Amino acid sequence: MLRLEARPQPSAAMSIASPLIALALTAVIAGCLFTVLGKDPVRGLGMFFYEPLSTVRGVTEVALKATPLILCALGLAVCYRANVWNIGAEGQFLLGAIVGGGVALYVTTHGIAAPRWALTPVILLAGVAGGMAWASITAFARDRFNANEILVSLMLVYVAQQLLNYLVFGPWKDPQGFNFPQTKTFAAEALLPNLVPQSRLHIGFAIALVLVAVFWAFMFRSWRGFQLQVGGLAPGAARYAGFSARAALWTALLVSGGMAGLAGAMEAAGPLRQLTPHVSTGYGFTAIIVCFVGRLHPLGCLFAGVLLSMLVIGGELSQSRLGLPNALTGVFQGLLLFLLLACDTLINYRVRWRGALHRPAVTS
Amino acid sequence: MNEVALLAAATIASGTPLALAGLGLLINEKAGVLNLGAEGIMLVGAIAGFAAAFHSGSEWIAFAAGAAAGMVLAAGFGVLVIWLGTNQYASGLALSLFGAGFSAFVGVQYVGRKLAERSTFEVPVLADIPFLGPALFKQHPLAYAAVLLAVALAWFLYRSRTGLVLRAIGESPDSAYSLGYAVRWIRLAAVLAGGALCGVAGAFLSVVYAPLWVEGLVAGRGWIALALTPFATWRPGRVLLGAYLFGGVTMLQFHLQGAGVQIASQFLSMLPYLATIVVLALISRNPAWIRINMPASLGQPFHPSA
Repeated sequence: MLRLEARPQPSAAMSIASPLIALALTAVIAGCLFTVLGKDPVRGLGMFFYEPLSTVRGVTEVALKATPLILCALGLAVCYRANVWNIGAEGQFLLGAIVGGGVALYVTTHGIAAPRWALTPVILLAGVAGGMAWASITAFARDRFNANEILVSLMLVYVAQQLLNYLVFGPWKDPQGFNFPQTKTFAAEALLPNLVPQSRLHIGFAIALVLVAVFWAFMFRSWRGFQLQVGGLAPGAARYAGFSARAALWTALLVSGGMAGLAGAMEAAGPLRQLTPHVSTGYGFTAIIVCFVGRLHPLGCLFAGVLLSMLVIGGELSQSRLGLPNALTGVFQGLLLFLLLACDTLINYRVRWRGALHRPAVTS
Repeated sequence: MNEVALLAAATIASGTPLALAGLGLLINEKAGVLNLGAEGIMLVGAIAGFAAAFHSGSEWIAFAAGAAAGMVLAAGFGVLVIWLGTNQYASGLALSLFGAGFSAFVGVQYVGRKLAERSTFEVPVLADIPFLGPALFKQHPLAYAAVLLAVALAWFLYRSRTGLVLRAIGESPDSAYSLGYAVRWIRLAAVLAGGALCGVAGAFLSVVYAPLWVEGLVAGRGWIALALTPFATWRPGRVLLGAYLFGGVTMLQFHLQGAGVQIASQFLSMLPYLATIVVLALISRNPAWIRINMPASLGQPFHPSA
């Protein structure tokens, strides 16, 4: 009989190994699933873990899809470390896309001739502002009315989606768009500069890499970051030290909202070049998984963002090549998070045989 | 007059899945377990119910399938949070994300399929009362079951010994453990019961209310059900009332549209979600009020100390 025995202190090695074990288990279950569905498991798994990285074009696509995931996850990591449970990054992403995309659309329809180097920062900052504004509703409801931030931020996802629908079905609809719910395609100046020629990869990925470093410094080398973490780990100690819980709440939500909004603006002015009802394919929710798989650490979020992006692309490949539903990605993502949480038990506990418990030490 | 009766009937129909899920979550939370996976469980319950109804033609088999699917998911969640002591927020989120993906994956083949025509149910005699009949007594049997469940649950929690033990575990698992109660197993039982009810609620949505399957059919009702318990200050009767209130708000948007109100439909569709936020803010305004009513160990892992 197996039993769990508390470790004297949390295992640092297991903290790194746990996501890898969870990933391996997910791959095993995925292989079994492919077999059950009558597909070659090696080929199926290859589509998720090898093929996305096998060509230059593939690598740029992985980086492209990893960009919003990394950005959203960086902000969420700050939130979760501060024990603020923002799960509405999806809504903040959509608002970033609406506001950032709105600026790009305004430039397009009014024929404003501004150079790209001037427009790009404006559009991205507009996205940040949109995301922050949306997150501040949650912060206000929590701060002023003590309303649970999980439920409020999540409800706002649905509201944001309806707002986007209203705009693209209504006032922002392209008059020459054959009545499709979409805006005009943005003017070339309003699009993000490319990072790699002949690909869709834009400078957002480079910005995300820089922000990983910035967030590392913020979390582990700044006074405010330290205050946030103390507040999350030991609210009593934080109160005793005079760290404001309200400031932590607002900082965490504004930072994560801003990051999600930035990601949304990048998506609109990057690969999509317009607004449609389907601006996000659940990036804000997938980012929650990225955040946990990445151990709430900026560098971890980078790796986990790339990994989850590969899962997204693998899902698309298995749809087009094996005829499997694209929703397979969602199954693997959820499974990965589930298994990760289970494996995380190994950080604080070790597995022992019950029989080995009271065995006297053998002296030689 | 007839219009109002129809609106009342529609309100009850749309409140029923919220009531079932909300009462299930109430059982969880009274035992001290917060299950943020309700949305995922409802989605899987919905597709399990739809598939069962599609292949068997019987809605009762569909509800059983929904309940079974809900219990399987809840069991996984329960083992994680009760025995492995994982973070309840994160585990519930994992369940919601998994449920969304899994239901979409399984459901692809059922999109656009139609279920056999269902017979309508009327309470004998009472259904013939003018106004009240069409408003209240032409509902699906599960709508009445939800009301009975609320009454039964109120009796169970506040009048029965087992209910007392359940509440004790939610308030102070350590005391209950030292009195010799199997805290973990009782919590698992509560989680399973909650999962089954969320599963049935999902099946009701896909088999009776919609009745069809599309990806994301539940559309946030699991989260609204989660908001019902603090709204109801953890009382079964108030959960039921809250469910009808939110059901009414959901229905109101269609009736406003039908009445030719000049507001874009998207803004009307926001109503249930906005109402949830407003109600949450109003009810949570007084922290002491929430603290008095909330099960004290809600969301906390329990480690029996030897």
